[in-house]
Amino acid sequence: MPEPLLQIAGLNAHYRDFQALYGLDMTVAAGEVLAIIGANGAGKTTFMRSISGLIANGSGQVKYQGRDISGLRADEVAALGIALVPEGRQLFRSLSVEENLIIGGQTGRKGPWNLAAVFALFPILKERRAVPATSLSGGQQQMVAIGRALMANPDLILFDEISLGLAPIIIRDIYAALPGIIGEGMSAMIVEQDISKALSVSDRLYCLQEGRISLEGASGAVSRADISRAYFGME
Amino acid sequence: MTMEWVNAIVQGTLLGGLYALFAAGLSLIFGVMRLVNIAHGDLIVMAAYLGLTVVSVLGIHPLLALVLVVPLMAGFGYVLQRAVLNRTLGDDLLPPLLVTFGLSVILQNGLLEVYSADPQKINAGVLETASVSVAGLSLGVLPLLTFAVALAVIWGLQWVFYHTALGRAFRAVSDNQDIAQLMGLNRRHIFGLAMALALGVTAIAGILLGIRTSFDPSIGGGRLIFGFEAVIIGGLGNLWGTLAGGVILGVAQTIGAKIDPGWQLLAGHIAFLVILAIRPNGLFPRISA
Amino acid sequence: MSAPVNKNRTHHVTRSSAAAQIAGAFGAIALIILIAAPWWAGSANLRLMGEVCLYLALASLWNFMAGYAGLVSVGQQAYVGFGGYLLFALTIFGGLPPLAAIAAAGALGALIAIPTALLIFRLRGAYFAIGTWVIAEVFRLSFAQMSSLGGGSGSSLPVNVVRSLAASKDGREFLSYWLALGAAVLVIAAVYFYLRSRNGLALTAIRDNELAAGSLGIDIWRMKFAVYVVTAALTSAVGALIFLQKLRISPDAAFSVNDWTAFVIFIVVIGGIGTIEGPIIGTLVFFLLRETLADLGTAYLIILGVVAIVVMLKAPKGLWGLIRARFSLNLFPLGYRVLRRPEKKGA
Repeated sequence: MPEPLLQIAGLNAHYRDFQALYGLDMTVAAGEVLAIIGANGAGKTTFMRSISGLIANGSGQVKYQGRDISGLRADEVAALGIALVPEGRQLFRSLSVEENLIIGGQTGRKGPWNLAAVFALFPILKERRAVPATSLSGGQQQMVAIGRALMANPDLILFDEISLGLAPIIIRDIYAALPGIIGEGMSAMIVEQDISKALSVSDRLYCLQEGRISLEGASGAVSRADISRAYFGME
Repeated sequence: MTMEWVNAIVQGTLLGGLYALFAAGLSLIFGVMRLVNIAHGDLIVMAAYLGLTVVSVLGIHPLLALVLVVPLMAGFGYVLQRAVLNRTLGDDLLPPLLVTFGLSVILQNGLLEVYSADPQKINAGVLETASVSVAGLSLGVLPLLTFAVALAVIWGLQWVFYHTALGRAFRAVSDNQDIAQLMGLNRRHIFGLAMALALGVTAIAGILLGIRTSFDPSIGGGRLIFGFEAVIIGGLGNLWGTLAGGVILGVAQTIGAKIDPGWQLLAGHIAFLVILAIRPNGLFPRISA
Repeated sequence: MSAPVNKNRTHHVTRSSAAAQIAGAFGAIALIILIAAPWWAGSANLRLMGEVCLYLALASLWNFMAGYAGLVSVGQQAYVGFGGYLLFALTIFGGLPPLAAIAAAGALGALIAIPTALLIFRLRGAYFAIGTWVIAEVFRLSFAQMSSLGGGSGSSLPVNVVRSLAASKDGREFLSYWLALGAAVLVIAAVYFYLRSRNGLALTAIRDNELAAGSLGIDIWRMKFAVYVVTAALTSAVGALIFLQKLRISPDAAFSVNDWTAFVIFIVVIGGIGTIEGPIIGTLVFFLLRETLADLGTAYLIILGVVAIVVMLKAPKGLWGLIRARFSLNLFPLGYRVLRRPEKKGA
């Protein structure tokens, strides 16, 4: 069996003064798409921040491409090829659309994604390249946030609450674009409230509940009943 | 009679260029990392002393000394930021304030130890006294040069901020440190570069100050205050506004001095307080504090 | 229906602790010894102890503003100098006895702090700090303009004013020491009781979380305004006392940022900001260092600056924070603690 792209073992993490994650174990194979679901406060965002280096982890807890990245800073993690599309998009408000995308490519990693490729994926961004990023609509901002992460040519892309606060039609468009994005051999983790959306694009699924994994399985194989039990913690 | 007032206003405007140079570094640092550096004035004075030493050791013209003093100060800024100031940044206001305050006392007394309390001046030869006659006014070449340098520095900083990768990184880190970090930007390094740039500008300000007037280790606080007043009058985050703020301060001072020599500084402070009372966000605000 | 009363409560809530009670007892004994100092201390030591008391008062006041209300000022010399100058003006031109002049200096300090606060409260955070410095400069330059008070070179307190304090030299020294001691005790007691009051709790809430405090309906602006004005009044009165001891005033001495702000900040930072005990420990350490290192001149100030920076970076809660973390002590009980009741046999 080949070495997994990302291997998480016994991950503990804190959000402010509270422990948010308790001994999480998880693996992501190269090219695999995982859905991470769970109720509010289950620890999903802390998990994303933890992998991407915004929260320091205990030694040996996060291994990426066979290398322990637990103690690395976020910029060092980014340079290794993990990109995050953060919750709430969080574009740089004093940068234009184009500058937001360019800064995504700051790590200088080589790959298929560049400005032209992102503009080809989201043509509207090319039209509006010179305007301040935060003057765009919510959906367009999400496109910038995704494009910004792609510009880093990551091997693993993390989507945190990809559809939160967006109109249904926009969400549909973004999900329609996802296979084209992930199809380039990238691995992905998608944190999502909308369970059926998450299932439709993922290979496997993990459900978090109060900082622990309550369910794990192939996206096609888990039943709705299992999911609601794992999601809400009802027996 | 009218001519004297016009002269006061013109001289004040040119003086404002120097104040804008004091302010530019302060404004840059606040813009990028929300740090207010209480030691900023002492760093200006330190640059003046460095210039003095370079000029007297190498026997070169003070403007040529900039070639050495600017990189020296920039390097000092980078190390200072990485070694000390980065550790103070966070949500709490107190650490950066108190650490830079401590730094101010250290610098002031360090300069006192090395250079004594005697007032010094950088000798720039004919540049100090040369003047040109414009429309009946006699304008010193040095004040004109200072003002031109201020224009150039502010234009240059604007250009760096809005047209270079470094400026993009500055703005990104200023907007959201965590997300900037996710883009592969090491904010500690970016902050170091911002401090280096700010102290490079401070070096220019210090040497021009040292050529213009005599200085001693105790005057840093006053320079900090002038720079701060220019920043607030102009409006936070707006470098051209800072230049306008410096000019308003300079004009207020020369007009005050014209009324009564003892009123020079007081008039500047009063102009600042009046603007604070009627336009608390300054004349040309861009970002909120 | 009556409120449910749990008669078997095993815990109770208290502010007091054994350490605080012991500290209170020691404090009372120390205070009596200090009051009696004129009978056991020499003249030079008495003067030093008076200075210690005045710095303790200034440090406690600065700590009250910065450590509890989040108002970091680098311009408290404005009020020290203002109080000092008012002492001179009111005794020389107003004919007030010195003690009345000190009280009046405090009242007028509060009065001038009101418009000042309205102005500089428009500045946020660190810019507020520099704004306070501008105010101090305005005060300094304004007093330097008053030729009747000696202008830039300053003036001395006339002999008849000094004599009016007490007839003999000893009497004056004793009185000025007691006034300094009284000022320190008064300031610490005022801060302590203010913090224990309802307003004090609100202040602590603001310090801990300004956003949450605001949403609880605490008027943050008014709380801070009150702290600023009260601190200004007391600082002015202490300033008047300082220059009653010095007998000479000049703008540079009265509005010195080093003497009245830098030292005070170092005292509070080294001792422990945001605690009542901090300034007390800090003042003792400061004078210990000063008396042993004063020969070093400027190097002493550099050392002080380095110590303050190191403390701020490595132990932001100061010496008292280190002591408290190790021994869990609280000499001035402000917070409430939940304690287990001693178990009663057979209950």
